[in-house]
Amino acid sequence: MSRLLRRNGWVAGLLALFAVLLVLTKIIQPGYGAGDFGSLARAGLPFAFAVAAQAVVVIAGGIDLSVASMMALTSVTAASMMNGASEEYALFVVPFVLAMGFVLGAVNGILIVVTRVPDIVVTLAMLFVLQGAALLVLDAPGGAAAEWLKASITGTLPFPFLPDAVTAWLPNALVLLVVCLCVVWIPLKRSRLGLSLYAIGSSELAAFRSGVPVARTRIIAYGLAGLFGAMGGLSLTMSTGIGAPIPGPYLMASVAAVVLGGVVLGGGRGGLLGPIIAVFVLRLVRTDLTLMAIDPNVTSIIEGAIMVAVVMFGAFIAIRGRPA
Amino acid sequence: MSETLTAPSRAPLGRRIKRFMADRPLVPLIILLVALVVILQIMRPGIVNERWIANTVKFAIPLAILAGCQTLTMLTGGIDLSVSTVATMSAFVMASLAGHYGAPAAIVIALIPPLLIGLLNGVGAGIFRVHPLIMTLGTGLIGAGCLQVYQRSVIATGTKIPDFLTWLGTGLTYGFPNALLLFIPIAALIIFTLSRTGFGRLLYAVGDNEKATRLSGVLYGQVIIALYMASSLLAGVAGLLYVGLIKAPSSLSLAEPLLLPSVAAAVVGGTSIFGGRGGYTGTIVGALILTVLTTLLTILQMPEGARRILFGLIILLVTAAYLRIVEDR
Amino acid sequence: MPALAGRHPRLQSGTIEDGAPLTEELILDASGVAKSYGAVAALRNASLAVRPGEVHALMGANGAGKSTLVKILTGAIHADKGDILIRGKRRDVRSPADARRAGLVPVYQDASLIPDLDIVSNLRLTATPVEPFANWVKELGVPDLDLSEMARDIPLAVLRVLDLARALAVEPDVLLLDEMTAALPANLAERVLDVVRRQSRAGRSVIFISHRFVEISALCDRATVLRDGQTVGVVDMEPGAEERIVELMLGAKIEKQRGFARRQASQADAGTRLSVRNLRVGTKLADVSFELKNGEVAGVVALEGQGQDELFAALSGSLRPSTGTIEADGVPVKFSHPADAIRAGIAYIPGDRTEALLMHRSVRENIALPFSARFRNWGPIGMQKERTIVGRAIERLQIDTRAQGEVQRLSGGNQQKVTIARWIAADARTVLCFDPTRGIDVGTKREIYRLLRELAGQGKSVLFYTSELEEVQLVCDRAIVIFGGKVVDVLPAEIADEAALTRAAYGLPRNATADVGILADLPATNGAAS
Repeated sequence: MSRLLRRNGWVAGLLALFAVLLVLTKIIQPGYGAGDFGSLARAGLPFAFAVAAQAVVVIAGGIDLSVASMMALTSVTAASMMNGASEEYALFVVPFVLAMGFVLGAVNGILIVVTRVPDIVVTLAMLFVLQGAALLVLDAPGGAAAEWLKASITGTLPFPFLPDAVTAWLPNALVLLVVCLCVVWIPLKRSRLGLSLYAIGSSELAAFRSGVPVARTRIIAYGLAGLFGAMGGLSLTMSTGIGAPIPGPYLMASVAAVVLGGVVLGGGRGGLLGPIIAVFVLRLVRTDLTLMAIDPNVTSIIEGAIMVAVVMFGAFIAIRGRPA
Repeated sequence: MSETLTAPSRAPLGRRIKRFMADRPLVPLIILLVALVVILQIMRPGIVNERWIANTVKFAIPLAILAGCQTLTMLTGGIDLSVSTVATMSAFVMASLAGHYGAPAAIVIALIPPLLIGLLNGVGAGIFRVHPLIMTLGTGLIGAGCLQVYQRSVIATGTKIPDFLTWLGTGLTYGFPNALLLFIPIAALIIFTLSRTGFGRLLYAVGDNEKATRLSGVLYGQVIIALYMASSLLAGVAGLLYVGLIKAPSSLSLAEPLLLPSVAAAVVGGTSIFGGRGGYTGTIVGALILTVLTTLLTILQMPEGARRILFGLIILLVTAAYLRIVEDR
Repeated sequence: MPALAGRHPRLQSGTIEDGAPLTEELILDASGVAKSYGAVAALRNASLAVRPGEVHALMGANGAGKSTLVKILTGAIHADKGDILIRGKRRDVRSPADARRAGLVPVYQDASLIPDLDIVSNLRLTATPVEPFANWVKELGVPDLDLSEMARDIPLAVLRVLDLARALAVEPDVLLLDEMTAALPANLAERVLDVVRRQSRAGRSVIFISHRFVEISALCDRATVLRDGQTVGVVDMEPGAEERIVELMLGAKIEKQRGFARRQASQADAGTRLSVRNLRVGTKLADVSFELKNGEVAGVVALEGQGQDELFAALSGSLRPSTGTIEADGVPVKFSHPADAIRAGIAYIPGDRTEALLMHRSVRENIALPFSARFRNWGPIGMQKERTIVGRAIERLQIDTRAQGEVQRLSGGNQQKVTIARWIAADARTVLCFDPTRGIDVGTKREIYRLLRELAGQGKSVLFYTSELEEVQLVCDRAIVIFGGKVVDVLPAEIADEAALTRAAYGLPRNATADVGILADLPATNGAAS
């Protein structure tokens, strides 16, 4: 029991922090309710997927700078494909875009393995390439999204057996997020591949000695990041109804939330739950600042400063954790 | 055991070419530059004339200064992605103050925020060991936020570009861009610093083998902080020059389009993104190449997206190629 | 392809004492194995033949090629040349997983469990059955192991036992133990040895690498000895075999004439330069005290991993000692960065040249590096002055500067000279040299010996770790022998010949002979070291 707490202490702490922030929000704005929580979940959705993408790669010992561009590209691709198309066509668009994300992510991994150029340089170059590709697909915000897709992240899902007071706090966006992440992450985490991801991040040498195919695992890690990135891109299109070719501030946010979520830069430690909670903590901080009627620009400065501080703290921990 | 010197004459041809490229990156670069100009001339006969050359140089100069920031930081294995924000910031702050305090005071004040951002970058990268890429990206975001807040507070006073900067940015004297008056001393200073000062030596040394510099008593944090402050200062100066050229003092994304080309120019110019190799002369040629290339792409009516893809691929391919050259020896 | 046992003469020299008829089936038969890293040959012609059910020792001095051979056998690296036959069949072992499938399972010197996974996941990763693993863990003397514990939270000694249990659980035909008992307390080590014996009784083979002669003579049936990347002999372990093994490890060096660079008499004793008391650093250096005099070259002799790396790191300011004091010229000093040590006049020349050199920079920049280190010297460089100082150092070391452009184009010997020239140019008062002659040619070695003596002649002091024992008498005034993180002996140069140093380095008492009776009181030494 004590070990359970020790091992999940970070996540538990984050949850507590989130709860405190919720209470704080309620104090600042007594009218804050389930509806506002729903919009929080909706606004946090793309961030959460970006963070999931980053977390997978960081756990495997890498970093992905192209995550925001990946989201932009998949978002505009989905939006332009659905533009003027039938509702049913979207059933084809979604898996197509997800597959595209996985393949482009795997390209990141292949380039790293084959060229032996460090991950940070490869994904920086891919950041520009994907961004350029997004501009080629749509040179200005536009396109459309199927109505059922847009509807799927608004409102709440009436769960049977649960009172309305509870379901009101379970917005569709949150349910969708949990389902998407669980479908990919839980089977993965239980498989040998999942262990391999942690293994190559924890110690490449020990992983190699344990018979882990290091190169293949690394490629798959980036592929998964691409897949989560594509989910993020789709969620952008779903919440805005269009696609925007200019990447949002998701790169910095993803790195910060990954660190805040207890995933050690350098690999091997942490999971998806921590970073996802961290995303909502950061979002809620923003909400609170807004509710306190602080200039939105000042809010972004504070937010940026928090992120930089978190990353510096994370790097500091990584240095100290390194064996002497 | 090879206890004898491997004389260059005995190496196979491919190796010799690689070694030549690594030793004298300027030669192939200049050939590439000339080739691009020739292609341009063929596609648009008559385009290459005195005015075009002066214009190209004029636009290449701010890029070359920003690429200088990348060169300096890349020599240590870093990068500075906050340069575009910093350049924009110094330009905007200067323009907003020039009307009230006069140009000289405005310029001095405008260079203070860049130094602060540089300090923050240096502390993050040098002491906390955050990867410079992440660190400078973050400070760039914070800087952009600050700039927006600042813009609100000065919206009433308006902005003004001092005539002196317009003259420097756009003017020609005897067919030569006036910007050279600023650029030549800056370039000379960078080149001198890199080759003839202790600080320059340390930049190469830290990028080549950080452990060796540590064993020789070099304090890494000290070098990195000084470096990123210098880089930010250069970016600030570039911003002042660029606003004189572009004449858009109230734009908050003034230097944004220069960020990617500045990285690409340094990489194309032969500076290794892994550190320890490269120099500023190559970067200057690299900036010229990218400026000509941009013209070429414009003539070909390539969309902005294709340009970014191309630049991204250039960074990746050139880096991979340099890695091969270094590894093979 | 049929196995052609006779195609590769397993050994050219006549030193084999292998009584086995060639027709006997070998479980593992590696022959003619060679591996080079660039210009450096780590293995030239190594062979190893293991019979079923035998415990086979693999012996060799530092750098003889043991670890390279182990890595090749277990698929961690690929050999340039050579055949590996497993049960008479040629196998191409391409990866650790391959080796495992072929029945060859290693336990490496450094733990191979993934630190951030718990034990169960580590077992799953390697497809190891849990039940036998748990049984083996109990057998090995770790009764209450929690399988959901993270590997990083488990003490090193237990981790090594778990690593062994994991290997045993898949019932390997050949178990490869690299310095298995080195990090173990005596009771665990005893269990390990017991398990090895039982493996052998069950008809399984064990390849056993150890620095501890006691274990080897108690446990092993035969020993293969490597020297300079070659197998120089296979010895049956019978009484007196230890002496034979020491002889083989040292080779003809014993008889070698020492006609060059003879040590000159030291300068008059001019006081203590460095005084180290009860120094404890990290987990390996337990308790070391000694003094270094002005004008002295003191040799440090130790087997691999006895704490010498930590000692040099602490003296050069790279590692902070956990206890103990260092005094320079009688004044206590605390170093938190190499810059502090350099200010105190102590320069460190690492054994690995690539740690010290700026490979892509010129000879001059490499030598002048310490000059620019301090903030006040960041300005313009006095080129004329620098050229003079650097030129003098180059001349003094006779560095071949034809390839001035980049240090990486120099030969290994000249590179090593550049690392030393740097500190001669900087006029360091004390030089810590860590194995400076490893992998360089004889001529350069001789020059380095001469130079170190010259430095001592000028009243400077040198601490000199060497893995080539003959160098002690050539260069040093004294030899400080470290074993198990402690100074076990200090020998004056006169009696510090290779045989004496080898014995001392293995923790054997000073005047031991081949007499088995003396080996009998060894466990005490052994216990003290663990």
